Amino acid sequence: MIADGVEDEEKWLAAGIAGLQQNAFYMHRALDSNNLRDALKYSAQMLSELRTSRLSPHKYYELYMRAFDELRKLEMFFKEETRRGCSIVDLYELVQHAGNILPRLYLLCTVGSVYIKSKEAPAKDVLKDLVEMCRGIQHPVRGLFLRSYLAQVSRDKLPDIGSEYEGDADTAVDAVEFVLQNFTEMNKLWVRMQHQGPAREKEKREKERSELRDLVGKNLHVLSQIEGIDLDMYKDSVLPRVLEQVVNCKDEIAQYYLMDCIIQVFPDEYHLQTLDVLLGAFPQLQPTVDIKTVLSRLMERLSNYAASSADVLPEFLQVEAFAKLNNAIGKVIEAQPDMPILGVITLYSSLLTFTLHVHPDRLDYADQVLGACVKKLSGKGKLEENKATKQIVALLSAPLDKYNDIVTALKLSNYPRVLEYLDTETNKVMSTVIIQSIMKNKTRISTADRVEALFELIKGLIKDLDGAVLDEVDEDDFKEEQNSVARLIQLLHNDEPEEMFKIICTVRKHILGGGPKRLPFTVPPLVFSSLKLVRQLQGQEENPFGEEESTTPKKIFQLLNQTVETLSNIPAPELALQLYLQCAEAANDCDLEPVAYEFFTQAFILYEEEISDSRAQITAIHLIIGTLQRMHVFGVENRDTLTHKATGYSAKLLKKPDQCRAVYACSHLFWVDDQDNVKDGERVLLCLKRALRIANAAQQMSNAARGSTGSVTLFVEILNKYLYFFEKGNPQINVAAIQSLIELVTTEMQSDSSTPDPAADAFFASTLRYIEFQKQKGGALGEKYEPIKA
Amino acid sequence: MNFLIGAFKPACNISITFSDGKSRKQVPMKKENGKTVMVPLFQSKESIAGKVSIEPLQGKKIEHIGVKVELLGQIEMYFDRGNFYDFTSLVRELDVPGDIYERKTYPFEFSTVEMPYETYNGANLRLRYVLKVTVSRNYGGSIVEYGDFMVRNYSSPPPINNSIKMEVGIEDCLHIEFEYNKSKYHMKDVIIGKIYFLLVRIKIKNMDLEIRRRESTGSGANTHVETETLAKFELMDGAPVRGESIPIRLFLSPYELTPTYRNINNKFSVKYYLNLVLVDEEDRRYFKQQEITIYRQRDS
Repeated sequence: MIADGVEDEEKWLAAGIAGLQQNAFYMHRALDSNNLRDALKYSAQMLSELRTSRLSPHKYYELYMRAFDELRKLEMFFKEETRRGCSIVDLYELVQHAGNILPRLYLLCTVGSVYIKSKEAPAKDVLKDLVEMCRGIQHPVRGLFLRSYLAQVSRDKLPDIGSEYEGDADTAVDAVEFVLQNFTEMNKLWVRMQHQGPAREKEKREKERSELRDLVGKNLHVLSQIEGIDLDMYKDSVLPRVLEQVVNCKDEIAQYYLMDCIIQVFPDEYHLQTLDVLLGAFPQLQPTVDIKTVLSRLMERLSNYAASSADVLPEFLQVEAFAKLNNAIGKVIEAQPDMPILGVITLYSSLLTFTLHVHPDRLDYADQVLGACVKKLSGKGKLEENKATKQIVALLSAPLDKYNDIVTALKLSNYPRVLEYLDTETNKVMSTVIIQSIMKNKTRISTADRVEALFELIKGLIKDLDGAVLDEVDEDDFKEEQNSVARLIQLLHNDEPEEMFKIICTVRKHILGGGPKRLPFTVPPLVFSSLKLVRQLQGQEENPFGEEESTTPKKIFQLLNQTVETLSNIPAPELALQLYLQCAEAANDCDLEPVAYEFFTQAFILYEEEISDSRAQITAIHLIIGTLQRMHVFGVENRDTLTHKATGYSAKLLKKPDQCRAVYACSHLFWVDDQDNVKDGERVLLCLKRALRIANAAQQMSNAARGSTGSVTLFVEILNKYLYFFEKGNPQINVAAIQSLIELVTTEMQSDSSTPDPAADAFFASTLRYIEFQKQKGGALGEKYEPIKA
Repeated sequence: MNFLIGAFKPACNISITFSDGKSRKQVPMKKENGKTVMVPLFQSKESIAGKVSIEPLQGKKIEHIGVKVELLGQIEMYFDRGNFYDFTSLVRELDVPGDIYERKTYPFEFSTVEMPYETYNGANLRLRYVLKVTVSRNYGGSIVEYGDFMVRNYSSPPPINNSIKMEVGIEDCLHIEFEYNKSKYHMKDVIIGKIYFLLVRIKIKNMDLEIRRRESTGSGANTHVETETLAKFELMDGAPVRGESIPIRLFLSPYELTPTYRNINNKFSVKYYLNLVLVDEEDRRYFKQQEITIYRQRDS
């Protein structure tokens, strides 16, 4: 049925074109033979094809364009005709003899164009006549095209100032009058389309109307091109009259399109100077008009205008642009009670962008906007609508983008209040946006107050909000969020220790509520941040003013102790252990023996009580050994206790090779190169021997269990430890011990039961090469090596 | 045979010439056989003068009992078996009875002739002026020749010429107000006006303005009325809404009008009407007819 309609339409169009071409052919012939009577007859017949009611606007346009081309030729002919002595006035009458109105008016406009050019009558009179006569076409589509033709032929003939058709003093008024009248009539026809025809074709009609809208809008464009319209005229007559038509037509499509048109075609400075008039029209529009888009575009344009030159900014202040816009938005929202919340937010969002561009210094404006937004949102609860929340994110991101500085945004008291209305998910998104902004701009947030405010803003990431659903959270997303929080914590810094300490306390306060899933992400950066502060203080004289309250490493360590403890409760013992060790090392550097001891104790307790996984144990024990080795703060007794414990743990590891490695690592605990009081050669040897025993045991176990001995790697590793201490001058490590170890390895390797292990072979070979190398290098070390036979 | 030919041919050639024939304006006139010929144009109270030439055929003489020229104003009703009514009849005797042997020329003059009516060629009648030359004979019948001319009378613009303004309508359906700038128009005039739509509840397709000519002949029960639409001029295309006002500008010059004739010699009238016609989408016609007066204005 519909397909048939389209096909029919094609047929009708084809028939129309054929008829038009045929008559155009006869018309050309008449033109060629200068036969005016025939030319008029055939042109009228040709134009009669435009009388059709069967074509959609789209197809009609095609037909119209063909007629248009022909009319250009006819116009040339008329011009020549007047040069041949035919009076233009007679010609103007002659074409009006045509019986059918549509051809008559097309011809009249065509002759009218020549008439104006001839200057035998003032342009304004001819134009006035034409625009009046066109009233005869009341059919919307035909009328719109006819008037569009009139607009087209007249646009270069307006009696504008500076034009060759310029008239008397009020010439621009005449030009405006003409365009406005044509515009008004066209708009009326356009609006009327909506109400003609059956209701079920409403959608089709609206589509057709939108195809025609540019014909109407063109008039506004022409209007904007009239030189003679100065600001006063625009303000006093042009704009009010255009708006009057827009408001009075009471048509949704027209109002939306035309308001947008006005905003786009007239210069920004005019908009600025006529803001009250322009804005005054908005609340009068139909409640269904999409005002938010139009108004947003206006604000966008004004923003760009403000950005274009600093010179125009005073104008904005002078006309109180912000107050007017703000006021207008309020009124529009009031006038359209059914406006979805999305619209409201979009409007405020645009206003915010506007004020940020135009009045970057007026934070209070921005805050006002946010406040107004909060007011509108209040009582609506959390926003469910996806688009609306997105728009809020845009709204809240705007100040961040503008100032590149969260600090400024933090001064906006209404900022967090808007955030309240976001659902958890969006809240997180917004928090991420904020953090990203900080990181991108490397914003320094350097006071505890601001940190407090900031964390209040991003609390969606910091803790579970009420009623939040915990499941459904993507693991990766979660990690990413928390990592960004971690990065943020690292960024908070103040050179002033007092303030930094406050910052740390603030952050701590916030993150501790984060729950077991967040703490592993947030505690480490806080710890390291604190340690950084410790290191900073460490360089200074302690307590330079002797004030009790001032920040001391001790105080920080106390805080750290409590902080890390939260991790062990989660539980995240491995992480806690690492952090304890870090703290211990820092305490060591601060010469705080008891503190360091305490941290170690905590670490050991964790090791004993919480870390049961053998692999974790291995890692932990090596960390402990490594850290302990570097500690210099401990007295002999404490150190003994700790090393003893560590060695003990080492020997109790599950797998023999792990035991072996831990034990030989422990040897370092007794020999610290730069600490003369820790050079206990004997205990080093003991450790190494013990390691050897364990290695042996491992070989035997392997032999017993699998029928072949394991790799000799352990032996080679121990050999390397021997060589290390040998070089460092441990008297207990002598050539003989090394020699026998080399032989042991050699024997083991040659044993039948040994499993071939190329890596171990290579390791051993390169160890031997090292010995040879040292020998050849000579010097004191070379001499020492000399007796060893590889 | 020669005798026969001679019997049917007129015995002489009669020609009528007007004394100012070269300078006088000639206008086209349609003859009964459909041909158009150019004839001189006169108006009332002009003198009609000229010459009548009678030239007998070679070697013949014409015996007559008198030669006269008449100026006749006639109304001919087509339905009345072609009867003529002469409303004007003037005679000039040109010659006393005698014989004409060779070409003979008689001047004649009708001075200041009252010709109150215009030449008119209508659907059911015609009004014509003619010069009739009669050569009367005792036998063989009289020889008659006619000379046509036309009469047009000019009026000066009427001192009172009101506009026509009227509100018409169909209750709750259509109310319009229309205005024509005058009630009396000269033949090359232009009708200016407008139609204002006060109420539109029907779907109008278009609106035309027609010029209708109403020719009535006879009187009483024998009245014959012939109406003819001379112009159909489209004023509006499409459906207007309330409050629209549609301009009218109709040039009368392209149409073949005559002045309005009222009760000419108690025989006939020719009247003109403007008929405003609105056509709706179901092709129903709504119309209102108004008489206008047409007069002939002297060309400036």
